[in-house]
Amino acid sequence: MDLSLNWLKEFVDTGCTDPREFSERMTMSGSKVEGYTLTAEEIDKVVVGKVLSIEKHPDADKLVVCQIDVGSENIQIVTGASNLTVGDLVPVALDGSSLPNGVKIKKGKLRGVESFGMMCSLGELNLTQNDFPYAIEDGIFVLQEDCKPGDNIVDVLNLDDTIVEFEITPNRQDCLSVIGLAREAAVTFQKPLKLHTPKVNEKGGDINDYLSVKVTAPTLCNRYMARVVKNIKIEPSPLWLRERLRSMGVRPINNIVDITNYVMLEYGQPMHAFDYRFVKGKNIIVRTAENGEKITTLDDVERTLTDKMLVIANEESPMAIGGVMGGEFSGIMDDTTTIVFESACFYGPSIRNTSRALSLRTDASAKYEKGLDPQNCKEALERAAELIDILNCGDVVSGVIDVDNSNYTPATIKLEPEWINAFIGMEVSKEQMIKTLCDLDFKVENDIITVPSYRQDVLHKADIAEEIARFYGYDKIETTSLKGAVNAKYTAEQKGEIKVNETLLACGYSEISTFSFISPKFYDKMLVPQNSPIRDSVKILNPLGEDTSIMRTFSLPSMMQVLATNYASRNMSAKLYEIATEYIKVDGQELPNEPKKIVIGAYGDDYDYFDLKGAVEELLFALNIKDFDIEPVSDIPWYHPGRCAKLSLGDDEFGYLGEVHPIAVKNYGIGKKVYAASLDFATLLKHSVSEKEYHHMPRFPASTRDLALVCDKDLPVVSIEKAIKSAVPKLIEKVNLFDVYTGDQVESGKKSVAYSIVLRANDRTLTDEETENAVKKILKALKTIGAELRV
Amino acid sequence: MKEKINSILTIAKEKLNSANEMQALEDLRVKYLGKKGELTGLLKQLGSLSAEERPKVGQLVNQAKQELDERIKEKVAEIKEAELQKRLEKEKIDVTMPGKRTNIGYKHPLSQVLDELKEIFMGMGFSVVEGPEVELDYYNFEALNLPKDHPARDTQDTFYISENTLLRTQTSPVQVRVMEKQKPPLRIISPGRVYRSDEVDANHSPLFHQIEGLAVDKGITMGDLKGTLETFAKRLYGEDAVVRFRPHHFPFTEPSAEMDIQCFSCGGKGCRLCKNEGWIEILGCGMVHPKVLENCGIDPEEYQGFAFGIGLERIVMRKFKIDDMRLLYENDMKFFESIK
Repeated sequence: MDLSLNWLKEFVDTGCTDPREFSERMTMSGSKVEGYTLTAEEIDKVVVGKVLSIEKHPDADKLVVCQIDVGSENIQIVTGASNLTVGDLVPVALDGSSLPNGVKIKKGKLRGVESFGMMCSLGELNLTQNDFPYAIEDGIFVLQEDCKPGDNIVDVLNLDDTIVEFEITPNRQDCLSVIGLAREAAVTFQKPLKLHTPKVNEKGGDINDYLSVKVTAPTLCNRYMARVVKNIKIEPSPLWLRERLRSMGVRPINNIVDITNYVMLEYGQPMHAFDYRFVKGKNIIVRTAENGEKITTLDDVERTLTDKMLVIANEESPMAIGGVMGGEFSGIMDDTTTIVFESACFYGPSIRNTSRALSLRTDASAKYEKGLDPQNCKEALERAAELIDILNCGDVVSGVIDVDNSNYTPATIKLEPEWINAFIGMEVSKEQMIKTLCDLDFKVENDIITVPSYRQDVLHKADIAEEIARFYGYDKIETTSLKGAVNAKYTAEQKGEIKVNETLLACGYSEISTFSFISPKFYDKMLVPQNSPIRDSVKILNPLGEDTSIMRTFSLPSMMQVLATNYASRNMSAKLYEIATEYIKVDGQELPNEPKKIVIGAYGDDYDYFDLKGAVEELLFALNIKDFDIEPVSDIPWYHPGRCAKLSLGDDEFGYLGEVHPIAVKNYGIGKKVYAASLDFATLLKHSVSEKEYHHMPRFPASTRDLALVCDKDLPVVSIEKAIKSAVPKLIEKVNLFDVYTGDQVESGKKSVAYSIVLRANDRTLTDEETENAVKKILKALKTIGAELRV
Repeated sequence: MKEKINSILTIAKEKLNSANEMQALEDLRVKYLGKKGELTGLLKQLGSLSAEERPKVGQLVNQAKQELDERIKEKVAEIKEAELQKRLEKEKIDVTMPGKRTNIGYKHPLSQVLDELKEIFMGMGFSVVEGPEVELDYYNFEALNLPKDHPARDTQDTFYISENTLLRTQTSPVQVRVMEKQKPPLRIISPGRVYRSDEVDANHSPLFHQIEGLAVDKGITMGDLKGTLETFAKRLYGEDAVVRFRPHHFPFTEPSAEMDIQCFSCGGKGCRLCKNEGWIEILGCGMVHPKVLENCGIDPEEYQGFAFGIGLERIVMRKFKIDDMRLLYENDMKFFESIK
């Protein structure tokens, strides 16, 4: 909301001339200032000049040489303009002057003839024909204002103003008006608010002879007021009114339209003017549209309506979409002679939905959306009628039509000074509270506060506390500390996350953060089968685009995306991880489950599957998870079928790791092998043993035996290890694989694996015989899985 | 006999002096002091001497043995020392060559700052609580005093999943979930991802992070709110940080405020960074609206509370002077390496 300080002055003299201080104090009392502009700041040394003579340029057909009286002297200016006559008053930018948009004017020569400045057009002063309808767009701005040579153009054209931009919060629709902000300013600066009661000069006749209004949708329109004005003379508004509109960013059009806009800015109440000729049957009907009903709005677009939308109709067709925009053939035209002023209150949410559905947002709809005060309609209508008289552009017919369904009863709240002081932590006297409230137009009688109609946001004593506190000053409230001790500690889950982060960072993996929504195409890229449940994602009804349209059911694609970014950025290698949330639909549950996954991804010339597996093992070690199971799997579509393993703990599968399928890698445009793992955090946490205890260090010596075995090439070594361990579970201490060999020295289809086995008893030194027996048992067990001693 | 002893000793000493290796010394030791050594051999000849001479000569032989033994030991020590010096000299390396690093990973800038914030608030007794990101309309809006059709819903462009479910636009629903389950006194912060349908650009992202805070107890005042958040600002930005609280509006707090910090770039005079205002907005806060407490089954006549919400990205960007929010989600290693 832009506010002209010139206009504000009409209602309150704040006594504050520094716009920065004004902004600061308004901000601190609750009306946040976003910034301000001094409108004439850029215009300097531009004065009124009188054209004394016009002669042809000796060397240029299209130029003329003028002598101009600029008050203090006569100067010569060369111009190419052709709309000048001797005696014209024009804006003159003198030597060394400046104009809007950073333009500087200096004396110079045009085709050999000296020129000591420039005569300005509208555009050069940042004005348009709407601001000065008597001027032309392409030529010098010939002034028709009351002025003399040498006068400062800023004063003559009333250009000097300060425009302050406010951020108005949605609860304060009343501040979307000059009067609303003036009220805040008056209390902030403790200066009187000068409100004006409009006086309407009715010229006889009876409105009921001209018009009747029927509201058939009272919930969507809780007040509809109208006045009729006849003998209208459509013409431009006077300068002062045009200037007001312009200062607040509204384009002047003609007197009637300008009046409606002026009242909207002043009172915050949108107004509309209908040409009476189009109120067919002298009847205005406020009703919901029929489904499919059409109207062409003022912006020349035909719009199809629904029965949720409100129209202002005559007996035949809609004339306007209520509160949003008028129809093409109902507005003010050059030959309009009689008008109907509408001042109405519509139901905010309905206006918002209509405006959204039609993608049509106007100044009026923006105000109505917030929920306006029905009690404001009357004053605004009267002000419009008064302006007709002030502008002397028509005759107001006697009488007002008022269909009031607002059932207004003022809200009342008990004044509880002790509660307010305790709640805020301040000491404000009851008298001071009452004064602040009364300044704000609240009434206080016998400790009962009556809330003004336009303050629909004040419903509770906490709201009263805010009114008192913001004028007392938030900065004056003494800062205190929370009392009483409350313990804060991390949960087991949070500790687990910290452990995961610490470990992976220490292992050289960097943490990433990715979007939780992805494109369904990501599943294609990852080779997810069409019928896979993975594709059953939580979908966003109104996504920004396909790329962010579904919530991921698995996070690997996000990791792949980041690896691809890094590859494209020419990073030779990358080792990354993320604790990523996934969103899994659950039957019969309104909200999805949101499991967390530890996703690890990496590529690089010296990185392979076992680097990844090593990292996973470090992680499990750090979480104190023992005895996980691992088995090769070949049916995970996004993994290399020969380089993927499934991990589990007892009956709980908790993830996969492997080389990402080369086709998927190619789909992401990565030119190196990519390795990735995804582990379920909750399962890991469940199996993580947080309590550790000391196991006595070995007191008896160990026996070590090396075994070279031959087995099928495809036999996973994990099964050999398991067989060894389960053969002599009590004695086995360590099983270390130290060599794997395939080649000439072993039969084809076979491999040689070499283990160093450490055996130890915790209560005695093992005899050679015991050790040999143990080895025999181990070899026997190995035989059952097809592994034999190499000979 | 005596001459013989001396002669052996003299020869042995000469040989000893010229010996430079351990083996030569060992050979000499065997030659003179070993079981069959020359000096040892003299002892065996004692029997041929008179009882009178025997002890004297014996003593002389033993003295000679002892002397030789000591000389050998000295020599051994000398050679060992020389060998050690030689080895150390040989083992000299260029200690300025690069170390073998494990290359610890980079913690994401968002996590770095979030951890800092958690630490600050945990130090003031606030526990960390998380909640769902796909959330019920009720928790995200209605329970927070934002009924359907409330105009303030417009300011939070929402991604909907269905009529009743959405991607949370704030982490505030977690405070409702906590208050429903736990009774005061409560002090929590709730960090997490939130979603609003803003197109991606240098300052906006449809997904960003918020930290919601809540304290509910008997007798909590707005002064406590100011004190807590001022402490937070000073811990984060240093003891010199100057903050101000300015009235604002949130449907779920009353009174509401925004906390600004005096611009660190210009010290409040006004510059480009603070858009000439002299202040930079840090967070929104307020006293928990009595209706919100009621919605959660807490009696607002008995308990009061305050709540606040902090945008993490903005703080991270300011802290590291990052000028484009998109960098945080691209996760380019070059970006991580550039924060130093």
